[in-house]
Amino acid sequence: MSAQTDKRHPYLRPIRGWWKRDRYYIRYLAMEATSILIALYALILLFGLLRLGQGEAAFNGWLETLRSPPSVALHSLLLLVFAYHSYSWFKVMPKTLPAIYWRGAKLPQPVITRIGVSAAVIVNLLVIILFTGLQS
Amino acid sequence: MKRSNEPVFWVLFGAGGMLSALTGVALVFVTGIGVPLALLLSPELMSYPNMLAFAQHWFGKLVIFAVIALFLWHATLRILLLLHDFGIRAGPASALIGNGLALLCTLAAAYLLLALGF
Amino acid sequence: MTNGNKIIEMEVLRYRPELDQEPFYQSYEVPFLDDWSVLQGLQYIKDDLDGTLSFRWSCRMAICGSCGMMINGVPGLGCQNFLRNYHPGKLRVAALEHFPIERDLVVVVDDFMNKLAQIKPYLIPKQVRGLDQGEYLQTPQQLEQYRQFSTCINCMLCYAACPQYGMNADFTGPGILALMHRYNADSRDDGRAQRMELGHADAGVWGCTAVGYCSEVCPKDVDPAHAINQNKMGSAIDYFLRFVKPRGASQ
Repeated sequence: MSAQTDKRHPYLRPIRGWWKRDRYYIRYLAMEATSILIALYALILLFGLLRLGQGEAAFNGWLETLRSPPSVALHSLLLLVFAYHSYSWFKVMPKTLPAIYWRGAKLPQPVITRIGVSAAVIVNLLVIILFTGLQS
Repeated sequence: MKRSNEPVFWVLFGAGGMLSALTGVALVFVTGIGVPLALLLSPELMSYPNMLAFAQHWFGKLVIFAVIALFLWHATLRILLLLHDFGIRAGPASALIGNGLALLCTLAAAYLLLALGF
Repeated sequence: MTNGNKIIEMEVLRYRPELDQEPFYQSYEVPFLDDWSVLQGLQYIKDDLDGTLSFRWSCRMAICGSCGMMINGVPGLGCQNFLRNYHPGKLRVAALEHFPIERDLVVVVDDFMNKLAQIKPYLIPKQVRGLDQGEYLQTPQQLEQYRQFSTCINCMLCYAACPQYGMNADFTGPGILALMHRYNADSRDDGRAQRMELGHADAGVWGCTAVGYCSEVCPKDVDPAHAINQNKMGSAIDYFLRFVKPRGASQ
């Protein structure tokens, strides 16, 4: 090894706290963090399922909790979280698809996003309408 | 080079992400706002007899299972990634615990649904 | 030579391995004209203020990929960013993130170069084609499948942007995986199976968590995030179907 090589001493900067370096990273992590609330909602439903199995009194207790102001406030927040998830999901989705051709031209990613978000709006509305139709 | 096993979790993440993107808002509204506040919906919709009948029907079981399990698996992958991104380096232990919990909840949901009978 | 009345303060991350224990910022007052790029600012510093400043550059027109650096914390080409956009104010210039600093703005790119060879960045046709067989024919649609990914200039801005590469250098990284896709998607190529040995691994497409910053900073709109993530579906299908396919026929 020559004297020249001996003078090399590459410096690797620490990666810790990388996400603080740029607003893009913070937005990304915020988006990923919404999944915690998605999990929370699933656990609420799982808990309801548990109560359902424990009989009418137990299940009614769960329904009572859902009627409480903190629960309604939480679910209002969850509503926003899921709406944001619908939007951000279809914003990323075009990256996972191969190029789609429509009438000879490649579909731009924002167009695919718009189609996806529209589908999300329509399907969600249909689900709500389905439930309104189910009540006798 | 060793193949990644990530596809297993990625498929679950994708299915859960798509399902929650298409139905999440509606489900949260129905169960958390509409029925409790009698907004657009009657509280009777989620009464014990109704929900029991729904959960005892094979289709109802499918829906309830899909929503709970897929939403959880979707969130699990992202939460594990969050831990990794924040530098919480628990290695294979965190993956074991995270996926283990999701599996536990999945099995619990399946058990509870089957226990309700048909 | 008068450079105009406007002066910008450029803070450049210095590091001389033979002198410094760790990098430090050094300030320079740089007079500039409206059409000056950040690269020209650096050249002024080297020519007129401090000849010890080291940095890579060549074409000055965003095609060689040499002048990648952190400009106010954002990966960018020195020749494609302009001092007027940062004036008045301070401009912070540092070496590309996630790479070891060799000296000043020069980073060690050995990892990138080694990985580049790993993905076999050349056409591997099914059969070697003789001259008498003429050219390959490709429809515009076949060209579209890979064209955008072929415009990569190896500037490595995407590596500076990618937190997964930053946290784990085992990850092949955005640019090279995009190049892998460029060849896989070329209708003239038949080497997908060979390349996907790496592609199916954690160091391959599965190391990507779709942060997407790579595509944001790419000066050529290669969209590496798209190149990588559109392979996840195929890799997942292959993962589940591999037991029902004949041995060795990996896709």
